[in-house]
Amino acid sequence: MQAFTPPPLPSEDKRWKIVNGTMRKNGYARHALIETLHTVQSSFGYLDDDAIRFVARSLRVPLSQAYGVVTFYHYFSLRPPGKHTVTVCAGTACYIKGADKLIAAAEKHLCIKQGQTTPDGQVSLMTARCVGACSRAPVALFDGEVVGEMNCENMLGQLEGWAAK
Amino acid sequence: MTIEELEQIAKNVKQANEKYDYELNVCMDLACASQGADKLKVALEKAAESCGKKVCVRRTGCMGPCSHGPLVRVDPEETLYRRVNEGHAEAIVKSLGGEPVPELKCELDAHFDKQVRVVLENAGHIDPEKIEDYIARDGYKALLTVLTEMTPNGVIHRITESGLRGRGGGGYPTGLKWGTVAKALGDQKYVVCNGDEGDPGAFMDRSVMEGDPHRVIEGMAIAAYAVGASKGFIYVRAEYPVAVSRLTTALREARRHGLLGNNICNTPFNFDVEIRLGAGAFVCGEETALIASIEGKRGTPKPRPPYPAASGLWGKPTLINNVETYANIAPIVRNGGQWFHDMGSERSKGTKVFALTGKIANTGLVEVPMGIKLREIIEEIGGGVPDGHTFKAVQTGGPSGGCIPAEMLDVGVSYDALLKMGSIMGSGGMIVMDDTSCMVNVARFFIEFCMTESCGKCIPCRAGTAQMYTLLTRICTGAGTMDDLELLEDLCSTVKEASLCGLGQTAPNPVLSTLKYFRQEYIEHIQHKRCPAGVCNMEAAVEVMA
Repeated sequence: MQAFTPPPLPSEDKRWKIVNGTMRKNGYARHALIETLHTVQSSFGYLDDDAIRFVARSLRVPLSQAYGVVTFYHYFSLRPPGKHTVTVCAGTACYIKGADKLIAAAEKHLCIKQGQTTPDGQVSLMTARCVGACSRAPVALFDGEVVGEMNCENMLGQLEGWAAK
Repeated sequence: MTIEELEQIAKNVKQANEKYDYELNVCMDLACASQGADKLKVALEKAAESCGKKVCVRRTGCMGPCSHGPLVRVDPEETLYRRVNEGHAEAIVKSLGGEPVPELKCELDAHFDKQVRVVLENAGHIDPEKIEDYIARDGYKALLTVLTEMTPNGVIHRITESGLRGRGGGGYPTGLKWGTVAKALGDQKYVVCNGDEGDPGAFMDRSVMEGDPHRVIEGMAIAAYAVGASKGFIYVRAEYPVAVSRLTTALREARRHGLLGNNICNTPFNFDVEIRLGAGAFVCGEETALIASIEGKRGTPKPRPPYPAASGLWGKPTLINNVETYANIAPIVRNGGQWFHDMGSERSKGTKVFALTGKIANTGLVEVPMGIKLREIIEEIGGGVPDGHTFKAVQTGGPSGGCIPAEMLDVGVSYDALLKMGSIMGSGGMIVMDDTSCMVNVARFFIEFCMTESCGKCIPCRAGTAQMYTLLTRICTGAGTMDDLELLEDLCSTVKEASLCGLGQTAPNPVLSTLKYFRQEYIEHIQHKRCPAGVCNMEAAVEVMA
């Protein structure tokens, strides 16, 4: 049987080496698919077709299965995120304390729906299924930084602060 | 690592701590950290350096009453300060040895008096990234005792004797589960820790993994010895980056000290743990779906049997327990099964950690003995509903649980009592709602959650939750009819009976429990096109009437 040789890296981009490192660490085992996709997403910000193809070929996983995994889990994104990301937590505690109003206000302010990015690529509006800071509900994350006891004014203030820069 | 070496480390830490006259423990859990606890710690360190007193400033995990954060506790006096910011650092350090700073003092005796800390015994006392701190508080003593003095059967017997039941929600007796895996035939077995805390509104497991990661690892290692496994996996949500990094550090430290790896404590026992990241799927809390996810596949559940105890990860016998279950193991081994058995109610033993959130004064983490009345948790420990509103319901068990009304608050908390009330224990989220919450709207929120989280494998869950959502939306917008209500109840029983896994089987619970206790609210929505809590927007009703 011929030994398996992994496919060449898609481009010169150094980030592919990080991705390759994760796969090598796991011995190119098929069960490392989700781990590898995590590495791709943390390095590139999202998963594009090239990345999914490369990972699937490297791990000898059918492309359909790789694509199935990517679309099954909410954490993986197929579109590049905006320069800034605001994530409103929509867990139960936050919902009881009015997270739906925060989401509606942000949608109105940015003129996009949740899960979308503004046309200029500046801001992405996301919702989360609970970030575990329920005692400070409602919670929003601005570029990953958790801010608790959020209200519409504070949130819109932060969004305007991003726009002004 | 031998027991003598372990005791030496503990002794060294205690000696090092004795050099200090005062300890300032700063809570750095997510809630406090989001309010500037890191800056506060730096300020305290700076103030401590220049004050001439012997002060140790330490980062710790969650202390409990998150709504009063950032929290600082001064030891040995055990003075708790609330809402501390960096500006208060000088005053706190100056007050050491004298009277505490009056305006910062946190008087929460009623909050702490009724709590019993087993799982959270180290929270607020140790630096989660220092294995020595954990060892100084009897950490890893249980593991080494087990390895040198007990047989695997002896361990299982002790866990069975304690009466510990799975803390993930189902409440399956842990000793029984361990016994089944131990008896299963196979050269390779696995131990898995379920840290996929998908229940929105619950964060106990996150706090344990972030505040006391070694406790989970020790519990897993003891379990591995008992069932004969040599490999473990911790499955953690990717949404908890701090927990992942703390666990990674803890695993590295444990390996460095010879508490993981080959021939632990010079015995033939080998064990190591790997971390696997979840990727945001609620269904992966179900054990067969979790196994699929660890194998790198879509997280869809499989019909059981075969149970994972017989055929789990890669077809091998696999033990799966929740984070909190593993966190209970070391204290049970140390103090004996009877000690644990003496706490709690008749059929639910020990303590349970709850994440108290929603419309309540003291939000945060509480650990109470089983059998305590809900009223005591909400009114005494939680401090009741603030802002002059009245209590309406408490939701336990997340999307698989139900809403418990005010008249049932005198029931003691146990697996069976909650099940009888139409809810479940769940992982321990407890969300308090007041008169501004609409129960129909809450039911719709949970059904929407289950609808989007349904993996789509079986039809009752995939199509049933979607239909239930449509019906509830009609009722919430004022377009519902009494026939819709009947259809909704019919669908609830179908989805409950016919779904493949726990997600679908329990998805109707929020609807069924609100229908049972708050039926009048549904009828108000349907017949009078009115939302008593003023939450639902009855726009469709206007069209119907016009």
